[in-house]
Amino acid sequence: MEGGASYGYDDPPYDSRQQAPSQSSDVGYDPNFVPDSVKTFVVHLYRHIRERNVYEIHQMYEGSFQRLSERMFRESPWPSVEAVAPYVDNDHVFCLLYREMWFRHLYARLAPTGRQRVESWDNYCSLFSVVLHGVVNMQLPNQWLWDMVDEFVYQFQSYCQYRAKLKSKTDEELQLLRQYDQAWSVYGVLNYLQALVEKSLITQILEREKEGLEQFTATDGYDYEGGSNVLKVLGYYSMVGLLRVHCLLGDYQTGLKCLAPIDINQQGVYTIVIGSHITTIYHYGFASLMLRRYGDAIKEFNKVLLYILKTKQYHQKSPQYDQILKKNEQMYALQAICLSLCPQTKLVDENVITQLKEKYNDKMLRMQRFDDEAYGLYDELFSYACPKFITPSAPIFDEPLANYNQDAYRLQLKLFLYEVKQQQLLASIRTFLKLYSTISVGKLATYMEVDEATLRTILMTYKHKTHVVDNEGKIVSNADIDFCINEDIIHVVDQKSTKNYGDYFLRQTLKFEEIISELERVKMD
Amino acid sequence: MGRETPKEQQQQVSFTVEELVAVNPYNPDILPDLENYVNEQVSSQTYSLDANLCLLRHYQFEPERMSIQIVVRILVKALMALPAPDFNLCLFLIPERVQMEEQIKMLIVLSHYLETARFHQFWDEAAKNRSILEVVPGFEQAIQAYAIHVLSLTYQKVPRPVLAEAINVEGLVLDKFLEFHVANSGWALEAAGPGRGHLVVLPTTEFNHPELKKNVSESVPLEHVARLFPILG
Repeated sequence: MEGGASYGYDDPPYDSRQQAPSQSSDVGYDPNFVPDSVKTFVVHLYRHIRERNVYEIHQMYEGSFQRLSERMFRESPWPSVEAVAPYVDNDHVFCLLYREMWFRHLYARLAPTGRQRVESWDNYCSLFSVVLHGVVNMQLPNQWLWDMVDEFVYQFQSYCQYRAKLKSKTDEELQLLRQYDQAWSVYGVLNYLQALVEKSLITQILEREKEGLEQFTATDGYDYEGGSNVLKVLGYYSMVGLLRVHCLLGDYQTGLKCLAPIDINQQGVYTIVIGSHITTIYHYGFASLMLRRYGDAIKEFNKVLLYILKTKQYHQKSPQYDQILKKNEQMYALQAICLSLCPQTKLVDENVITQLKEKYNDKMLRMQRFDDEAYGLYDELFSYACPKFITPSAPIFDEPLANYNQDAYRLQLKLFLYEVKQQQLLASIRTFLKLYSTISVGKLATYMEVDEATLRTILMTYKHKTHVVDNEGKIVSNADIDFCINEDIIHVVDQKSTKNYGDYFLRQTLKFEEIISELERVKMD
Repeated sequence: MGRETPKEQQQQVSFTVEELVAVNPYNPDILPDLENYVNEQVSSQTYSLDANLCLLRHYQFEPERMSIQIVVRILVKALMALPAPDFNLCLFLIPERVQMEEQIKMLIVLSHYLETARFHQFWDEAAKNRSILEVVPGFEQAIQAYAIHVLSLTYQKVPRPVLAEAINVEGLVLDKFLEFHVANSGWALEAAGPGRGHLVVLPTTEFNHPELKKNVSESVPLEHVARLFPILG
C-alpha cells in the first residue's frame, strides 16, 4: 500500500479515536448510578494508591479501567465523581485523579461539550496545584503520569481547534467562550508545564545524576525512600510537553531547548513508556526537520522506527496501539521527506529502508525531481505527518464569524514548501557531480543550460544548504556528494565511503564469541 | 558606590532580560522589556535569538500588542545571523497577514536572495531599501561576513570579481579589504595567468577541502575496539 491514509487535516481530534456518538441523554445515562463493578474498582484503586502498590495500581489503571470502559461505558461517561466519592472517603486527591480519567475517557469515546472542556481545564488546574504544593505522597505508575501530561497538551490543542471554528457555534457556545476566556489559555498551559519542571527540580536532578550524586533513571523515576515520584516524573514529562506545545506554535528552536536536559542518545525515563518515547522522538525529529538539521532528524527517526519494528507486536493489546501505529506511519513519511531533501546512505538501517521503500519508494523518486508533481508530494506527506498546529490567541468575535483553525497549518506548510523550492536545483547538481571527478565551471554550466554566473550561485547554494548550523553554532556538513572550486575547476569528492570493514569485523567477532560461550555452557550441562 | 556609567547600566538591563527569558518566559508583563531589548540589540550591535523568539511568541499570543516596527528590526537582526536559519525561525511565528506588510515582504525577498547565494540581486535590492537597513548598525558587515562564509565553503581559490560581487566592494576599497584579510585572516593573493585577473586564496578548512574529511569517517572509534579487549585478553 503506497503512501498511507489520507491527510485529512480537519479530521476530528486524533483520527484513530472513534467518531463521537451524541452524549448522555440518548443512552439514558444517569451520572449518579454507580454499578457494583465500579464501586469495587474505585475502592480497590483507592486502597492500592494509599498503600503505594504501584504494580497493582498499574494493572487496574491499564487493565481494569479499559475493560470496564469497553464493557459498560462504550458510549456513555463513567459515573460522576460526586456519586463515587462516598466510596473513597471523599478523598480530595483521589477525586481529582478520578475526574482526570473521567474526562480522558469522555474525549476518547464521546465529543466533549464546551462546558465540559472548561471543567476539565479546572480539574487540571486543581490537580497540578495540589502536586505543585508538594503535599502529595503517592507513587503512581509512569504510564499514568505520562498520560496526564500527554492528555493535558492534547486537550489544549483540541480546545484551540474548537475555539477557532466560530462559524457553526450556537449563541450559547459563543457566550461560554466569552465568559471563560481564561480556560486553556496558552499562558496558563505553558506556565503549568514550566512550573512542574521548575518545582520538581528535574533539571538539577538530571545534572546531579550525571555526576553520580543522585538516582533517578536507575530507579525508573520511582522513589524508594518513602517519598513521592509524582512531582519529579510530572516535571520530567513536562519537558516533553513543552517541546510539544512549542512545536504546535511553530517555535522549533525553543522546543528543542526545552528538551535539552534529556539526553536522547541514551535510554532514559522517556523510553520507559512507549508513548513518551515515540512522542519525544517524533517532535524532536520534526523540529530538526524544520531547522534544516536533516542529519539529526534522519538519525533519530531511524532509531525509533527500528525500535517500533522490533517491539510493536508486544503492544497489540494495549490501548495505545492505534496511536503507536499512526505515529509510526507519520514518521516514515517524515523520513521520506528528509531523505529526499538530504540523501544519505549511511544513517538508515536496512530494515527501516525496506519498510520505507515499500511505502514510499515511488513517491521518493518523484520528490527528488523537484518539479510541480514533486511539490504536490511534499505537500501531501507534510500535511499527513505534521503536528496539528494551533492559533494560540483569543478568538475574535466580530461579525462575520470565521473558521481560522487551519491558518497555523497553512503558514507552516507554505514556509516549508518555500524552503523546498529554494533547494530545487540542488538535485540536478547532485546528478551531475556524481558523473565527474573534475569539471570546469564553463562546461557544467553548458550541460545544465545556465550561464556561468548562475551556476556559481547554484553551487554556492548547494554548499550553504548542505552545511547547517548545529545546536552549538558549529557548521556541520550533510552532503553525501561534496566539491570545492579552484578558480574555475570543480573538484568532486564522493562521501559515500567504502564499506566500514572495521565495524563489520568487530560485530562478527563479538557475535562469534557469544555463540562460543553458549556452546560451552551446553557442554557443562 | 559610585555612579554607574551608561554602559554598565545597559549591561545590567541585558542581564535582567536574559534572566527573564530563561526563568519567566511565559509572563505577558515582560513584553515591554523584550521590546526595549530589541532596540538595545540594534544600537549596541548585540543579538539574542532566544529573547526575540520569546517576543514573537508573545505577539502570537496577543496580536493586538504587536509592533510592526519591532518585528522588522528583529528580522533584520536575524538576517545578520546568517548562515544560521534564524530568519526562517522568526517567520514561522509571524502570521501570514503580517508577512504581507511591505517592509516584511521586502525582507523576505532579501532573505531569499541570500539563501540562494544571489548576492548581486541582494545588494541591488538592499540599495533600494537603504532607509530600513541603514538604521541597524553593522548590517552591511554582517552580510559581507556571510558572503565570505559561503565563498569559503565553496572555493579554495576564488576569482577576484566573484568575491567583489559577493561582498559589494570594488576598486581601492576592495584592495584595502583584501590587504586587511591577507594580514589577519590567512588569505593570500595569486595571479591567475595572463589577462585573467587575480585569485584570492582562502584558508584551508575541511569544507573547501572535502578530501580532508573523508579519512575521518573510515576510522573506528576506540570505544568500539575496546569491546574486543576482554576476548583478546
